Amino acid sequence: MKIVVNYDLCESNAICMAVAPEVFEVRDDDFLYLLTEEPGEELREKMEESVRRCPKQAITIEG
Amino acid sequence: MTVVIAGASLAGLTAAETLRAEGYEGAVIVVDPSTTIPADRPPLSKQVLAGEWPPEKAQHRAAARVPELALDLRLGVAATALDAATRSVTLSDGSLISADGIVLAMGAAPRRLPGNQPAGVHVLRTMDDCLALRSDLDKMPARVAVIGAGFIGAEVAATCRSRGLEVTLIEVAPLPLGRVLPGELGGFIADLHRAHGVEVILGLGVEGLDSITGTDGSQRVSGVRLTDGNVVSAEVVVVGIGVVPNTGWLEGSGLRLDNGVTCDATCSAAPAIVAAGDVASWPNPLYDEVMRVEQWENAIEQGEYAAKRLLAELQGTELPAPFASIPWFWSDQYDRKIQMAGRPSSSDEIIIPEGSIEEQRFVALFRRGDLCTGVLGVNRPRHVMQVRMKLTESLSWDSAFSVFA
Repeated sequence: MKIVVNYDLCESNAICMAVAPEVFEVRDDDFLYLLTEEPGEELREKMEESVRRCPKQAITIEG
Repeated sequence: MTVVIAGASLAGLTAAETLRAEGYEGAVIVVDPSTTIPADRPPLSKQVLAGEWPPEKAQHRAAARVPELALDLRLGVAATALDAATRSVTLSDGSLISADGIVLAMGAAPRRLPGNQPAGVHVLRTMDDCLALRSDLDKMPARVAVIGAGFIGAEVAATCRSRGLEVTLIEVAPLPLGRVLPGELGGFIADLHRAHGVEVILGLGVEGLDSITGTDGSQRVSGVRLTDGNVVSAEVVVVGIGVVPNTGWLEGSGLRLDNGVTCDATCSAAPAIVAAGDVASWPNPLYDEVMRVEQWENAIEQGEYAAKRLLAELQGTELPAPFASIPWFWSDQYDRKIQMAGRPSSSDEIIIPEGSIEEQRFVALFRRGDLCTGVLGVNRPRHVMQVRMKLTESLSWDSAFSVFA
């Protein structure tokens, strides 16, 4: 599973960080950083939750 | 087995998606009076209204998934009556459905000014509303008057300024966003709009609308009469004075209605009837308070929860724990991203641990005794979310404040 963030859409609302802080981190510069681009399968539900909750629909899952 | 979902907007579609994700294979009938799937609303006061996005871009992800969810989607059809005891739902096309489970997710409708509405007067809730307003703005009116400085009004004012229009923002309360923001933070919003050239009028109500009669006899708005006797001349008027939950059709259903559909702590209104989104009023255990939340993210979160809760009831499995949520919203105005989590009241103490109001980039925490009731950030998304994560565990002030230690 690969996580892709469309940074043209992302506005760093940080909802994804609340859902999965082990994958998404909004830092002090207010930009979103991916801590891993390929999280393990055990995180799939959280990744889907992040996709659903993103206010900018900026996150997609590949694979 | 049949589940009826009243409402095809964010909460309703999320509930439908969740039912399928949880393995429910029975019939899902979704009804909505709108003839198309309702748009994703946040862009309607921003990108679409600004003319930056085509209407079709304001579609929520869940709407694109509808074809694969095997729904019986009935658009242009409203639910008109319910008997809660038998779960029979009457639809506007005359059909009667006997449901095993029901999700109430009808959303809310904008309040309007009383009396006749001359041309040029708008509310903003649906894509049609947005395109009608946008079309009037395209004609470059000399001035737009926005009545109500809540989030819709404030965002519309900002978008109109970005289009180069003159704007007057009129609010009957002493400060903008008074319903959600404590004290001096409303002053920040007023200053932000003034700094961007908006005329902000506070503490004055609207007496009525002035209009002119065209050569064809039609009425068109020409100004807003204020309670002090002054008139704000405006060719376009936007009314953003709140919404009313769409519960009219539930009168006589047997459900309790009091500022929305009254639910228990698990969003249940009656056996096998749940509610989610703008219509649901439920006791939030985190706050020990009955809440109805008109926010985008809550529609998703509560839509998911309500569907799972309904399914557990229908399948006889263990019900989920009460719906405990820290409400969260964002509002983009000019280049400021305003976010708030929690449920502060206007009497809570405001503490600013990061930044300052002067630099227009700050975090404000709301304190009530030993509790942190909420957090507001202006261009501080990380901190808002970090505090929200703490609040989800407990409202302890020390815990929330530790984010800044």
